[in-house]
Amino acid sequence: MIEVQNLTKRFGDTVALDNLSFQMKPGEILGFLGPNGAGKTTTIRILTGYLTPTDGNAWVAGYNLREKSREARDHIGYLPESVPVYREMMVTEYLEFVADLKKVPRASRKNHLDDIMNQCGLGEVRNKLSGHLSKGYRQRLGLAQAMVGNPDILILDEPTSGLDPQQIIEIRELIRDLGGRRTIILSSHILPEVSQLCERVIILNRGRLVAVDTPENLDRGLSSTDSILLEISGGSEPDGLIGMLKNIHQIRTVQPVSHLENGVLRLQIIADGQPDIRPVVARSIVEAGWNLLELHRQTRSLEDIFIQLVTREESVQ
Amino acid sequence: MKAFWAIVNRDLRGYFLSPIFYAVATVFLLLTGLLFYSNLVVYTQISFSSMQNPYFSETLNLAADFIRPLAANFAVIFLFFIPAITMRSFSEEKRAGTLELMLTYPVSDFQVILGKFAAVLITMSFLLILTLIYPGLLFAWSTPEPALIASTYLGFLMMVSIFTAAGILASSATENQIIAALVAFGLNLVLWMAGWLSPQDGGLLHQILDHLSIINHFEPLIKGVVALTDLVYFFSMTIFFLFLTGQVLESKKWRG
Repeated sequence: MIEVQNLTKRFGDTVALDNLSFQMKPGEILGFLGPNGAGKTTTIRILTGYLTPTDGNAWVAGYNLREKSREARDHIGYLPESVPVYREMMVTEYLEFVADLKKVPRASRKNHLDDIMNQCGLGEVRNKLSGHLSKGYRQRLGLAQAMVGNPDILILDEPTSGLDPQQIIEIRELIRDLGGRRTIILSSHILPEVSQLCERVIILNRGRLVAVDTPENLDRGLSSTDSILLEISGGSEPDGLIGMLKNIHQIRTVQPVSHLENGVLRLQIIADGQPDIRPVVARSIVEAGWNLLELHRQTRSLEDIFIQLVTREESVQ
Repeated sequence: MKAFWAIVNRDLRGYFLSPIFYAVATVFLLLTGLLFYSNLVVYTQISFSSMQNPYFSETLNLAADFIRPLAANFAVIFLFFIPAITMRSFSEEKRAGTLELMLTYPVSDFQVILGKFAAVLITMSFLLILTLIYPGLLFAWSTPEPALIASTYLGFLMMVSIFTAAGILASSATENQIIAALVAFGLNLVLWMAGWLSPQDGGLLHQILDHLSIINHFEPLIKGVVALTDLVYFFSMTIFFLFLTGQVLESKKWRG
């Protein structure tokens, strides 16, 4: 559906995008992740035909953007980060205007726009001026205009930025609903958002591709070790237990973290990640005569991975 | 075509809902009214004095002594006022970010530029139509040549078309409306003064500047002479400025 080959964009001496390549299958939801200035918006602007790449090529819906930009744009719905709207137009007027530009036939226009407004929850503000909408509604309007004309591809630049938590949840659910039927690119610097919504993530830093994979694989590929936190009580000799745990193959270190009241002891275990060490640890503790109160594997968030990747990239340079 | 009209409609709404338009329209009508009145006063004085002087009355001419100076005065107003209307055209959309979105819709830059140009042209034509009250008054109390009035208004429309295209060009290059207005005014003034700057030696520069001078092509029209060369000048300059606007938009895709 989308193919990007060696895309490079320079603004004067600044390299905004450096030799980026990736592909997308129809129906996929892809996340762009990266710090500010990583090249997310530049990539998006090239894909939407707003910018011309300095080097490399991109195909959208089979059309080369250098030659068939207008045809490619027939297939794209775009929500820019700033969600620009014509302030003096009512919500319905604005969407009608967009429908005309996207060549939605007049006969089906009304039904089409009604559907979109219902889907985006714009029904109650349809006769309000766009300039008077709250940030949340404005964002929905932005999403609605992207959906006009039923494009196969939606490109959403930071769709939840500046929204309150409730609005963020609503917009995410809307995006999730849209997925499956449509190919979606979602750029964000909010990591949980990307890991919740996207099947694949592209991590960009300073215009370069740092990693591309599923959120799970990114996690697995990077974490060779597990960190397990234990709370135990009732036993007599902590040192004996620690010694015993250390003898388990796979376990690298065992450290008491703190002694709590009522003889509760908290331990941290670092072990090789594969295979899962937790059943062995649980059994050993119980067999040694301790009560296992809590066993918790600290999974690393996408955030840790992201920071690790980006800092590793920077230290290589 | 649908996209073109959608853009024309939207921009017209933008103009007619903006306070700037009403400020411009009010001052425009006030000034044209004032000019009409003052020129009329001068002309009545001339015709009073010609009543005493039969020789003078022979040379008294409504077209030459009233309509033509008035038309020239009107043209000066366009020089100043059209930039105030065109400055919004692209600058406002660039500032608000709506242009980015518009250019990612499946419309060509050409449609966007033509739509925006047509919207200003329609807005200015609306103001021109309001000024028809002045020739209306003339027809009520005098007998001007209808063809002369028609060719004068054709001249207005042609001049408005060039100034509008120049204003759209200036507006496409900046998101600051003040700068857009000033640059547009500068461009207009260069066309206006080209004839004055021209060295009267018959050389190449003289020919070029004479040809560029908007006044040289406007004056025949307010004298009632409709020549193809003048019309070609107005059309080609308009197209030239709109073409440059397209180049500006295209270069943005490279420069970001």
